[in-house]
Amino acid sequence: MKLPPFEYACPATLDEAIALLASRDGDAKAISGGQSLMPILAFRLASPSLLVDLKKLKGLDQIKIDASGITLGAKVSWRQIEDDKRLATAHPLLQEMISHVAHYQIRNRGTVGGSIAHADPAAEMPGFSVTCDAKIVVKGSSGERIIPAGEFFEGPLMTVLEADELITEIRLPPWPAARRWGMLEFARRRGDFAMGGVAVFYDLDAQGRAVDAHVGVIGAGSIPHRVPGAEAAINGTTVDETAILAAAKAAAAGVEPLTDIHASAAYRRNLISVLLERALRAAVAR
Amino acid sequence: MSKANRFVGSPVERLEDLRLLRGRGRFVDDLTAEGVLNAVILRSPVAHGIIKGIDTSAALAIPGVVAVLTAEEIGRPVPTIPIRLFASKLTEPLEQPCIADRKVRYVGEPVVLVIAESQAIAEDACDAVVLDIETLPPVVTREAAEKGQSLLFDELGTNRCARFTAIKGDADDAFRNAAYRRRERFGVHRHTAVFMEGRGLLAEWFEEEGKLVVQGGAKVPFATRKALSKQMNLPEDKIEVHEADTGGGFGSRGEFYPEDFLIPFAARYVGKPIKWVEDRREHLACSNHSRETEVEAEIACDKNGMVLGLRGTAFVDSGAYVRTNGLINPRNVSQFMSGPYHVPNINIVTDFYLSNKGPVGTYRGPGRYETDYVRERLFDMAANDLGIDRVEFRRRNLVREDQMPYQLPQIVETKSGDELDSGNYEVTLDQCLAEFKWAEKVEKYDGKLIDGRYHGLGLHCFIEGGAAGPKENARLVLEKSGNVSVYVGSSQVGQGVVTVLTQIAADALEMPMDKIAIFHGSTTGTKEGFGSFHSRSTVMGGSAIVVAAASLQKLMREAAGRRFNCAPGEVTLEDGKAQGPGGKSLTFAELAEEDISIEESFFNHKHTWAYGTHATHIAVDPQTGQVEVLEYVAVEDVGRMVNPLTLGGQAVGAIVQGLGGTFLEHLIYDGEGQLLTGTFADYLLPTAGDFPRIRAIMTGNYPSPINPLGVKGAGEGGIIPVGGIMANAIASALRSFNVQPLELPLSPPRIWKLIDDARPAEAAE
Repeated sequence: MKLPPFEYACPATLDEAIALLASRDGDAKAISGGQSLMPILAFRLASPSLLVDLKKLKGLDQIKIDASGITLGAKVSWRQIEDDKRLATAHPLLQEMISHVAHYQIRNRGTVGGSIAHADPAAEMPGFSVTCDAKIVVKGSSGERIIPAGEFFEGPLMTVLEADELITEIRLPPWPAARRWGMLEFARRRGDFAMGGVAVFYDLDAQGRAVDAHVGVIGAGSIPHRVPGAEAAINGTTVDETAILAAAKAAAAGVEPLTDIHASAAYRRNLISVLLERALRAAVAR
Repeated sequence: MSKANRFVGSPVERLEDLRLLRGRGRFVDDLTAEGVLNAVILRSPVAHGIIKGIDTSAALAIPGVVAVLTAEEIGRPVPTIPIRLFASKLTEPLEQPCIADRKVRYVGEPVVLVIAESQAIAEDACDAVVLDIETLPPVVTREAAEKGQSLLFDELGTNRCARFTAIKGDADDAFRNAAYRRRERFGVHRHTAVFMEGRGLLAEWFEEEGKLVVQGGAKVPFATRKALSKQMNLPEDKIEVHEADTGGGFGSRGEFYPEDFLIPFAARYVGKPIKWVEDRREHLACSNHSRETEVEAEIACDKNGMVLGLRGTAFVDSGAYVRTNGLINPRNVSQFMSGPYHVPNINIVTDFYLSNKGPVGTYRGPGRYETDYVRERLFDMAANDLGIDRVEFRRRNLVREDQMPYQLPQIVETKSGDELDSGNYEVTLDQCLAEFKWAEKVEKYDGKLIDGRYHGLGLHCFIEGGAAGPKENARLVLEKSGNVSVYVGSSQVGQGVVTVLTQIAADALEMPMDKIAIFHGSTTGTKEGFGSFHSRSTVMGGSAIVVAAASLQKLMREAAGRRFNCAPGEVTLEDGKAQGPGGKSLTFAELAEEDISIEESFFNHKHTWAYGTHATHIAVDPQTGQVEVLEYVAVEDVGRMVNPLTLGGQAVGAIVQGLGGTFLEHLIYDGEGQLLTGTFADYLLPTAGDFPRIRAIMTGNYPSPINPLGVKGAGEGGIIPVGGIMANAIASALRSFNVQPLELPLSPPRIWKLIDDARPAEAAE
């Protein structure tokens, strides 16, 4: 479990980092917190010829909050999100979701950009970004792109990111104070990757009816995604028991989970349904 | 003996802890030597195949690589791992070669050994070796093993490698006439021991003296030395085996593994110290696995719930070879199915089959966890079917004190039996019920839907064996300081053996504990030793100390008598002084001007049987299948307690370990014999926060008659009831669904499926 040989570079600027990544034709890897890449290297599942360490890059570790929304620098760590008191009101769902990420040692090192680039379908940050209509800002040799999170993930550990591109920041729309939300995940042990997870939020109109419902799932397929059927079952209702059960049923129908050694597809489908049911009850009670 | 028993029975804090907690432990990865090289093993990537070629040239060309060894360099015939327990001519050909020769039989089997200046270089070299292996059909399932179309050993002609038949009375006759019978099929899954740190070794070869020194493994250093002596053609007195500190053994660590030969061999081959420490992937694939068992069992009772017989057949998976103690598992499945109960008629046939998976060995409560699971499940089902309360059903069938010693069934193939030694099993049952408030909780919770979860209770009576013979040695030396050094053949596997043996020695010598030093786990301390397994250290090591202490005191009195010119009988030994008639007095230090030491053996061919009852309260989330353990109480009588703190701690640890095996841990192979749970992300261990509510109450009310201390082997056995009690509690919780969990582990998807399948079709959708 020792790392294979590789070259190491620690550039001081973003442009240098991009140039280094571009120089290896896909055989270079960026490293920040290293919480996914280091085990992959130790198991020798990947053997890049060059590691580009992002630790000297400036300005990527800020959380900015203003009227236009929230911006997370790619190097923002889970711990920073947990410790930022502004987020308790500015984006409570973000803090709740991040509290489920692994264990505190990992939360000290793991980063927002790293998790999104790694694209584990059961990870919280990719699921969160899809659920919350995040925009993912990336920069590469041919300039900057802004990619909606819903178009970013292509499959397990696969994204639209080019080999010479780095995620620089994640932009989130503002979070209304009165928004209703719930988030639950189910893991065998606290801190494990979720067997399934659900995040839901909606706003209430003047008549007390749900509008703009968002339902996102993790661990329920090859990529994190929203569940339009479940959202439709919530929108326009008072989120009563009938609507909750209808949304839960729609969620089961709206996911295509995989069978693996830990659970069958049928179990995961049921789990997503149950989690949405419970998350919605929590949202109503909040 | 005015001062006897000051320490035995007292809650003495572990003597080991101060050193370990200050970071002063010496675990295997802390060991090093001048000029040490690292070893890494290239292991078979396929489960079953013929080795056509191994090209090591590219690996040898890597700078820093010192040697690349295959069966070719090691020499044929390649030494095999000896079977330590129940060896026979039949199983000898099934011993594992220490490095694969011509054939590979499981993923993880050593094929090439690389020695290099660093572990990273050695791993690079492993990547550079080219293996040409022609694959054979792998034997992964029970069906394939039994069918025998693909054979692990062609010359055996079958994949069945052993059978153990337990017989008592006439089971068939009892079943013919029984008022009640029930037959079920049960499955226990493959899982194993995981320690705080990996297995490892440091081997040093001293050319001038022709001597080998091996450090690392714990458990049976003398057996390891004996095996190495034969394999390396070295006299035993030219080999030293020393244990390091360990973060647990659980039956698995310290048995002889391929590396226990390969690393010492390589140290002599290259003439440099060599260190090897496994990584977790290697541990999960290559350390002794355990538990994989299927049992089809049947119970017969009369209409009052008196058990008339148990019969059935069992299949135990051996993995690719028969390892040192692997035969214990199928033997125990057969022999101990009746547990603490009077069962007059027994017929259990257990077959042990080879497969292309990791070889098995013992894991804490070997065979007992499995067979207890089967029995206690059948008991709950029978009690329920007969309309008899499950506590009452057990009470009626427990072996009574007046039936002791109680004969267990004979094993036909080994012509050996066993007998329960002593105790009052009903007393621990009642104590457990009272501690747990069983009656009150049954009323309040059992089978009820509360807060969206179904609550259930479980109860399990069990025995744990200990004190394996044939003997143990202790050597006592009166040091020049007047202190006593105690050398024992027992080993430290994290169980607190230093603390416990110090208590026993201090009482036996009537000296303070700080005047006693325990030395253990080395082939240099005693002439012979048998190590730590089968819960034997306290009974066997402790009794050896008691025997040797009496002899040492006799020698001290004789020495003092010579100096005082009096009879030894007139000498008293007290407060660090020998005193004779007329106020004559010598301190122990003065007495030690003359060399005074003695080595004695304690012989024993019987077993001790600690016993007890566990009770639990769980809640099942019917929508997710998640089970929460709300309360767990264990009561166990261990004959005579040496240290309630260490014993209670071990009982709680055993229960947590059992909960891990029952709910989380599972070694899963795919159809090609590839291990799918090779990391801690997939092989799930219990963590500190997972199962917090466990109480262990240990008692010492009924001493064992078979040793001078009256102690019984204990601390291992808390794991034994966990599978059975949890499945029973879940069945009880889910009684409204009328479902029976028959397979372990009790994972959320499995529990959910039981419920889902039982729901009416329209509700399940």
